[in-house]
Amino acid sequence: MTSVAGASGTADSADSPKPVGERRFSETLHFARRNPKLLIGLGIVLAFLLLGIIGPFFVGHDPNEYVGPQTQPPSGEYWLGTTTFGQDIWAQFVYGLRSTFLIGVFGGGVAFVIGTAVGFVAGYKGGIIDEILNMITNVVLVLPAMVVLIVAIAYLEARGLFVQGLFIGLTSWPWAARAVRSQALSLATRDYVDLARLSGRRTWKIITTEIAPNMSSYLVMSFILLFGGAILIAAGLDFIGLGPAGGVSLGLMLQSASQWSALQLSMWWWFIPPGLGITAIVGSLYILNVGLDEVFNPKLREL
Amino acid sequence: MWRYIGRKLFVYLLTFIVAVTINWMIPRFMPGDPVQSMLSRAQVSDPEALEAMTSYYENLFGLDSPLYEQYLNFWWGLLQGDLGISVMRYPEPVTDIILGAVPYTLALLLPAILLSWIVGNRFGAFAARSKILDNTVLPVGYILTATPYMWLALLLAWSLGIVAGIFPASGGYSFSLRPEFSWLFVSDLIAHWFLPFLSMFLVALGGWAIGMRNMIIYELEADYANYLQALGAPRKLIRRYAFRNAMLPQITGLAVQLGTIIAGSLLTEIVFNYPGLGSLILDSLNNRDFFLLQGVFLFVVVGVLIANFIIDIVYVLIDPRTRVQMTGGSS
Repeated sequence: MTSVAGASGTADSADSPKPVGERRFSETLHFARRNPKLLIGLGIVLAFLLLGIIGPFFVGHDPNEYVGPQTQPPSGEYWLGTTTFGQDIWAQFVYGLRSTFLIGVFGGGVAFVIGTAVGFVAGYKGGIIDEILNMITNVVLVLPAMVVLIVAIAYLEARGLFVQGLFIGLTSWPWAARAVRSQALSLATRDYVDLARLSGRRTWKIITTEIAPNMSSYLVMSFILLFGGAILIAAGLDFIGLGPAGGVSLGLMLQSASQWSALQLSMWWWFIPPGLGITAIVGSLYILNVGLDEVFNPKLREL
Repeated sequence: MWRYIGRKLFVYLLTFIVAVTINWMIPRFMPGDPVQSMLSRAQVSDPEALEAMTSYYENLFGLDSPLYEQYLNFWWGLLQGDLGISVMRYPEPVTDIILGAVPYTLALLLPAILLSWIVGNRFGAFAARSKILDNTVLPVGYILTATPYMWLALLLAWSLGIVAGIFPASGGYSFSLRPEFSWLFVSDLIAHWFLPFLSMFLVALGGWAIGMRNMIIYELEADYANYLQALGAPRKLIRRYAFRNAMLPQITGLAVQLGTIIAGSLLTEIVFNYPGLGSLILDSLNNRDFFLLQGVFLFVVVGVLIANFIIDIVYVLIDPRTRVQMTGGSS
């Protein structure tokens, strides 16, 4: 959305596009403020983000430390109870939220950069470059990402959040590349792009100033989906036991809950909050995306 | 049509080669020495035994020959169906262990994928453009797709398995029974199968419903739908045409989603301790059985490729455009 505003800003010097751009932006805002899906989705995501940022400051100890009595249900002192070892689940939860957002931004970001770069170049350049990039995209698309990740990460000695994010990014970009490519393909033959090409601008410049701003809403939505996807993949890896060593994440909480038979002991406070957190974040990201789609796409608005 | 299929086959062949190459590369080019880390995890202290094991592993990986030779040897062994010997269940060959687990995974995957696809499509088509349904089905669908597979599995195992006690929450069949073809065993098998199936079915369902709903909305905006409406065609007929057109992207979506669903089945199996490939992966990770892990990887890749190919053929059969020209598949 900000890049839409930026696009109208760059047109400032020209005389006629200015009011049009401004009107388009205020129109977008008008629909955005009246779209319940967008508002609810954004509200939930921001609430969790805030909790993940601020929450850990109010936890005075390491989240994996054995602080309290063992196997306590939620109480005034330990808001979400304690594990069989006496770890504070609330503390793990807020730290876990933080790493969940980090992995989403990082993993989703890497995938977004690769995906859009491949998509733009393939869609804009066409010809043999398109063929080759398309082939690579299809190969990576067919490979089951999670299984590749399991094998790759199993061999890694030092597993950190960023290594995990990098690997997730490297395997989850193909569909974004395909989506961006098909959009860029249709934009690349427009008159104003031809004009820019005739005026001798460099390819990179044309892609960033002519093509990308015209599909900025599309790019924002792809990033949101990649973000959510990275969170889910990371949770799955953590659950198998390939999470960041000695770290805290919502997936690792689920793993330790299932490993130390929280199910059999009916310690619902151990395994419900982390899963609920992931579901709420990713679900509201998706709903936020639908809201954005309705705001940007007039065809969907009449609902 | 043949060009279309040939092109697809080429991509799959390439993918297979890439997968095998990844499989071969990972132990050799990852930072750290896999042989050393395997040995250090085995915690052998006797230096003589350590040396023997080191040379055994290096021999096994073929680490003492030049790289290209290692690579060719790897392929040669693979083509003979030799994936190595499992460390965890020595001396069983990896191939045998995997073949024992594959039926369980398939029994979970195939019904879950097909049923969720069919039911999800129906739901989505039903919900599109009817305000009340749309506002309920859509959020539920999004929440379902956002649910991590293992969390729904945990919830179901806990609520229906342990608290309510209706279904067994762990294992492929009861310990007291031996695998045989009897009524008792088969019913036990089905009881154990139900919860993992249900959990996968539910998570996958949401995605298909949403995809179908969005496609139907786009199709109803199309010219042919408007034209039919202007002609006064009944609403039901227009929807039927829209549904048939919306099926095509959903079939492509099936191919794209396959990897995610398989990952989901692996996670679900781990929660339910179901004796399929997922539990095998967990066991091999815990026991540092890399031969087994890589064998499972190759099996999954081959399975995905075969499934993709079947989907392609179905697509060609359904969409006449691919038979005439090859643009329809947007490969």
